[in-house]
Amino acid sequence: MTDQTTMLEPNFVPYQENDEPLLRVSGVTRYYGDRLGCTDISFNLWPGEVLAIVGESGSGKTTLLNCLSTRLAPTAGAIEYRMRDGSMRDLYQLTEADRRLLMRTDWGFVHQSPADGLRMTVSAGANVGERLMAVGNRHYGNIRATATDWLERVEIATDRIDDPPRAFSGGMRQRLQIARNLVTHPRLVFMDEPTGGLDVSVQARLLDMMRRLVADLGLSVIIVTHDLAVARLLSHRIMVMRHGKVIETGLTDQVLDDPREPYSQLLVSSILQA
Amino acid sequence: MSAHPDTATSPDEGHYNFAYLDEQTKRMIRRAILKGIAVPGYQVPFASREMPMPYGWGTGGVQVTAAILGADDTLKVIDQGSDDTTNAVSIRGFFEKTAGVETTTRTSEASIIQTRHRIPEALLTEDQVLVYQVPIPEPLRFLEPRETETRKMHALAEYGLMHVKLYEDIARNGHIATTYAYPVEVNDRYVMDPSPTPKFDNPKMHEMAALQLFGAGREKRIYAIPPHTKVKSLDFDDHPFEVQKFEKPCGLCGAENVYLDEVILDDKGGRMFVCSDSDHCEDRRSHGHLGEMAADPAASHLASTGEERA
Ligand SMILES: Nc1ncnc2c1ncn2[C@@H]1O[C@H](COP(=O)(O)OP(=O)(O)O)[C@@H](O)[C@H]1O
Ligand SMILES: [Mg+2]
Repeated sequence: MTDQTTMLEPNFVPYQENDEPLLRVSGVTRYYGDRLGCTDISFNLWPGEVLAIVGESGSGKTTLLNCLSTRLAPTAGAIEYRMRDGSMRDLYQLTEADRRLLMRTDWGFVHQSPADGLRMTVSAGANVGERLMAVGNRHYGNIRATATDWLERVEIATDRIDDPPRAFSGGMRQRLQIARNLVTHPRLVFMDEPTGGLDVSVQARLLDMMRRLVADLGLSVIIVTHDLAVARLLSHRIMVMRHGKVIETGLTDQVLDDPREPYSQLLVSSILQA
Repeated sequence: MSAHPDTATSPDEGHYNFAYLDEQTKRMIRRAILKGIAVPGYQVPFASREMPMPYGWGTGGVQVTAAILGADDTLKVIDQGSDDTTNAVSIRGFFEKTAGVETTTRTSEASIIQTRHRIPEALLTEDQVLVYQVPIPEPLRFLEPRETETRKMHALAEYGLMHVKLYEDIARNGHIATTYAYPVEVNDRYVMDPSPTPKFDNPKMHEMAALQLFGAGREKRIYAIPPHTKVKSLDFDDHPFEVQKFEKPCGLCGAENVYLDEVILDDKGGRMFVCSDSDHCEDRRSHGHLGEMAADPAASHLASTGEERA
């Protein structure tokens, strides 16, 4: 373990032999017709681990993330998830009802564009409260109190609780989207370029907040980003993708400080130069 | 309410099949109705036909009525609780002409009641059918425009969004301000929109002895509540469902706990509240119940309209 990961998550030990993975991915492949999205991806995600999927545009990151999060059926391969009861279940063998329940309770999904993950026409409070209502919470006062608490945790002034996200800045929207996902205390959160499209200063604040929440809640995260600085700050481990394949994987600092693959070297050097 | 492959004659417009629709269409609609009864609150798609009246005039309700009407039925049609609005009169006239059935304004004498907006105040019986004209059948449409998604939500009973809507209501108004089209859960399963009846009438749907049928023409949906079925209005534990309350009884008949309409009496700000259900009001007056405005000359035209009809 490196200093970087120690700083992030003191209790996190990436590879314990007797640990069971949270997610087991085997040979996942997705074609769009003849066009390759991603191919033959296998890895384990461990409880409390933050995995960054990096690579240039078109390398298959989003395709893989969507396959993992059951938003896009793979052409081949299997994805198993450790349910809360400890059993390992093939995600694509679950009933649709179970899968959708999983997605809105035990998982989160943070879209690059907040409009894809928020209900833009209802208030911030209702956006945060929706998952609670979806799992049967029927006490308005409690829902509102929990929503207020979450707005605080993502640094949105609580007097904005009745405003719709339309009235929010890009950074606030993204923080609201995160609150909306975390309110049910999910164990696994998928993120697709969550800082993309934001100003650099806004990005820094968001990253800082994400880092804190991930550590506080002991979340497992799979984050797609083309920004190696984001990966460096948030992740324990990195998977580098190119042309739909994983070409290098390892602890974040190892890959970023000492990339083995020529392509990874190119990626790292281009960010250093930028 | 039996099938009646007969024709009715109109001197101007030649022959209609009984109740306008052809027998095959009526069978198709009856199949949708039966399916709706079998799965209370579930919206059954049906091949809605063009009717000789515009959408918004109750073409869904008219098709349902046409499909269940028999020669020995007595039909009542109400709009906003009244039998003599243009819409009610024209639908009643339509079935008089195309089916030659008896019509009535009296709730107790009707075997089929087609309605927009109101459920009669009088308790309905097992021998009656209430047919609702519905403009917007999908309760989830407000927050989820995608039809594929709303279907899935119904199939999986994912109704959290309905409470999001009520949450917004309370956040904005301090209480649940929805007064019409107030969503209900039918038989502990499907969430349904009783649109556009006032929520005042929601409790009447619960365990009603009469069969309730809903027809949406433009949206091509039929749904049903069988007799004696549980119907629950959605709410929060700390914001329970409540119906509208009226401060005064009906000015004409003195009825309490009924739905009242405000009527402007003159241009000097004179106004009164009277029963929205005009038949109920007349029936009470004919039994000697009088409200405090009953003898007021300004209100006399309201009462006399009723007497002419009675
Ligand atoms: N819906 C789609 N239909 C066809 N091809 C697609 C679709 N989505 C992605 N692709 C293709 O799959 C490959 C991987 O895309 P994507 O997963 O979006 O990459 P990334 O997220 O790394 O930019 C690209 O060649 C892209 O053009
Ligand atoms: Mg992408």
